[in-house]
Amino acid sequence: MFALAYEALDVQELSGKLGPGLDAGALVCFEGRVRNHHQGRAVRGLDYEAHEALALAEGEKILIEAHARFAVSAACVHRLGSLGLGEIAVWVGAAGSHREESFAACRWVIDEVKARVPIWKREYYVDGDPVWQHPQA
Amino acid sequence: MKIQIRYFAELKEQVGADQVLHRCEPPLTAAELYARLRERHGFRFDPATLRVAINGAFADWQSALSDGDEVSFLPPFSGG
Repeated sequence: MFALAYEALDVQELSGKLGPGLDAGALVCFEGRVRNHHQGRAVRGLDYEAHEALALAEGEKILIEAHARFAVSAACVHRLGSLGLGEIAVWVGAAGSHREESFAACRWVIDEVKARVPIWKREYYVDGDPVWQHPQA
Repeated sequence: MKIQIRYFAELKEQVGADQVLHRCEPPLTAAELYARLRERHGFRFDPATLRVAINGAFADWQSALSDGDEVSFLPPFSGG
């Protein structure tokens, strides 16, 4: 399941839903959090926006690919809207039979999501105007 | 023909709107449309760094546009 959320994430609930079968011996989770600095500037918060239909479709595609590559059950939820420092911006969970494939799948999913899903971050600074982040431009 | 253009992030901020109805004559590719709009608005993004989506699916820059298409210009992603 790939989802976009405008409210704070309940990671306990998210990980509880993953791999309900008793065959999954490992669950690896990643939380991406809003940090208070970027490239030397003091950050006070973020906005995220997405092309929602395309983000949902591409996110789901990544999770299906993760299942095929690593034989894990994976899920990912990304926040949209305004986030404060310390909030969870993105959550990935991968549940598999063993830890090796679960760690690998979790890492792979977050990397693919960052590269392929049309979501954008706008940083708000302690000093100066907010800036949309477009890292490869 | 009429093309619904969707802008995101910095492009949206620069244009001052997230959607614009654009009237133009066929034949026109997504690349040609972007080049035209880039000239008008002074977008800094080279098309090689952007993705384009037509009617909600990633598309090729050389795709020919049809009347009623929705074209989204997607600047480099920064989720996560």
